[in-house]
Amino acid sequence: MVATLNALLADLDTALLFIFALSAFVGAALMLVLRHPMQVAMALISTMVFLGGIYGLLGVHFIAAFQVLIYVSAVMVFMVYVIMLLDVRDVSFKRRFSQWLVPGVAGGVLLVGALGYGLWFGVDRIATTTVSFGLAQFAAAFLSEYWFQFELTSVLLVAAVVAALAVIKGSRRRDRG
Amino acid sequence: MLLLLAMALFGLGLVGVIVRRNLLVMLMCMELMLNGVNLSLVTFAQQTGTAAGAVLVFLTFVVAAAEIAIAIPIVLVLVHQRRTLDADAYTDLNG
Repeated sequence: MVATLNALLADLDTALLFIFALSAFVGAALMLVLRHPMQVAMALISTMVFLGGIYGLLGVHFIAAFQVLIYVSAVMVFMVYVIMLLDVRDVSFKRRFSQWLVPGVAGGVLLVGALGYGLWFGVDRIATTTVSFGLAQFAAAFLSEYWFQFELTSVLLVAAVVAALAVIKGSRRRDRG
Repeated sequence: MLLLLAMALFGLGLVGVIVRRNLLVMLMCMELMLNGVNLSLVTFAQQTGTAAGAVLVFLTFVVAAAEIAIAIPIVLVLVHQRRTLDADAYTDLNG
């Protein structure tokens, strides 16, 4: 009874993983063809939520939480806010694609083809283990081994804040002068 | 399968940055590329059982937040001056 239940749950996990992956791919493909930026933002948000589901199914729950917290609720809410702020109806709404449509798609297909070829024939060389890691192992590695990179990201954030302020200030000064 | 999905997300994001005209849509396609790379990092971290990939994913989150924090003010300033989101209107910005 328990064994069949476990097998059923494992099957359910695989099926959910497949469904989430397919939905994320569909959302990403929709981003290329939808017209209004708000629709594109909604497609991107759904893709990110499905990716969060995939992370949860893979067992890295903290990354799933941060995917939803940082990407969906911080970055994308900011994005949606700016789309509402800049509701300028212009030519980029009527004509979605630039003149780079054909070379861009061709280059993208070439890149994906080359990557897919390498992945298809080289994936066996990646050593796979079933050893998973939890939050404790991650936190220990993060704060003992990678503390320098952690500090570097704080420097990067401060630089981003200063740069954003400089952009706004510079444009104001130009307006006045 | 997940590596294939990561590759597809990265490719779709790259094509989107090149092909679309709207500045905000191009920014969102860049976010999609970052998401694809994140997925590949998590998959590799799971396959090798090391925490380094997860640490790198965290650093990518911070980079994405910093990127948006700088890109949005730049877009705001551009739209304030030309009143358009069309990337073709800013061709005089290339070097």
